Amino acid sequence: MSMTANEQMHDNLTVSLGFWIYLMTDCLLFASLFATYAVLTGGTAGSVSGRQIFDIGFVLTETILLLTSSMTSGLAYVEARAGRRNRSLVYLAITIALGASFLVMELSEFSHLVSEGYGWQVSAFLSAFFTLVGTHGLHIASGLIWALTLVVLIMKRGLTHDTTKKLMLFTLFWHFLDVIWICIFTFVYAFGVLS
Amino acid sequence: MNKWLEKHSRASYIIGYVLSLALTLNAFALAATGASMTEGMAWTLVGLAVLQIAVQVLFFLHIGREERPRWNSMAFVTMIFVVLFIVVGSIWVMNSLNYNMTDHETIETMIQDEGIRH
Repeated sequence: MSMTANEQMHDNLTVSLGFWIYLMTDCLLFASLFATYAVLTGGTAGSVSGRQIFDIGFVLTETILLLTSSMTSGLAYVEARAGRRNRSLVYLAITIALGASFLVMELSEFSHLVSEGYGWQVSAFLSAFFTLVGTHGLHIASGLIWALTLVVLIMKRGLTHDTTKKLMLFTLFWHFLDVIWICIFTFVYAFGVLS
Repeated sequence: MNKWLEKHSRASYIIGYVLSLALTLNAFALAATGASMTEGMAWTLVGLAVLQIAVQVLFFLHIGREERPRWNSMAFVTMIFVVLFIVVGSIWVMNSLNYNMTDHETIETMIQDEGIRH
């Protein structure tokens, strides 16, 4: 596993481009879900609309948690590049803690809605809402598992070329999820409470 | 400016974070009024979202800072186009469908309700 500097650079470029193309196709998945949501948002089947069930203050807290974790994941990579293993791990741990809090808030919103009788089976609007926001939440959950494996990996192997590269891909994924969340915050929640 | 946008720079993350936070709070302030939506408010929200996406793309994802040929940027621009086609196209087509393809019975009922002879 000894690569020359040139080979390592080439390897990085190829892997990050491949991962980048995965992210771009994931954007298309979300675009379809956003389009579905936009089309079905009026289909409330006589039940609630967004205005009645969204709590924009609650969603703002979620947004700030995720935004902050996006920044700390970037800082974890900055520290890893500088070879500061412990600082990198601390930032990664903060990222995981913030991301997990976000996920817990989202799940509590979901379970609250379901317990109030506004589950996904009630109307086309609610189906589209749970599918779109739930798919994002599923990505967050996978990201958290990924980040945990990175913590174990970096603690075991240190900051090698390989682990640093993996950390870089994780930060790309995590920033990408925050960008998707901006769209959810705006087009689902802000538009929802105003219309 | 270029220094802040540099990959792997701590400053780029902090600046991106502060700008994103400011834009989010603006969108929140508008949404928290709970007013009914006007066209101006809708465009303001869209503008704030687009700005924030641009901020994060530049300061967090560092698009456009990679070495040439810029495959990542090209894939990104292609993705933006496809996303616009999917989203704008779906909304456009589905709204037209509701308008143009209302079923026969509904139209008959509407005509009766309106008292139109035909």
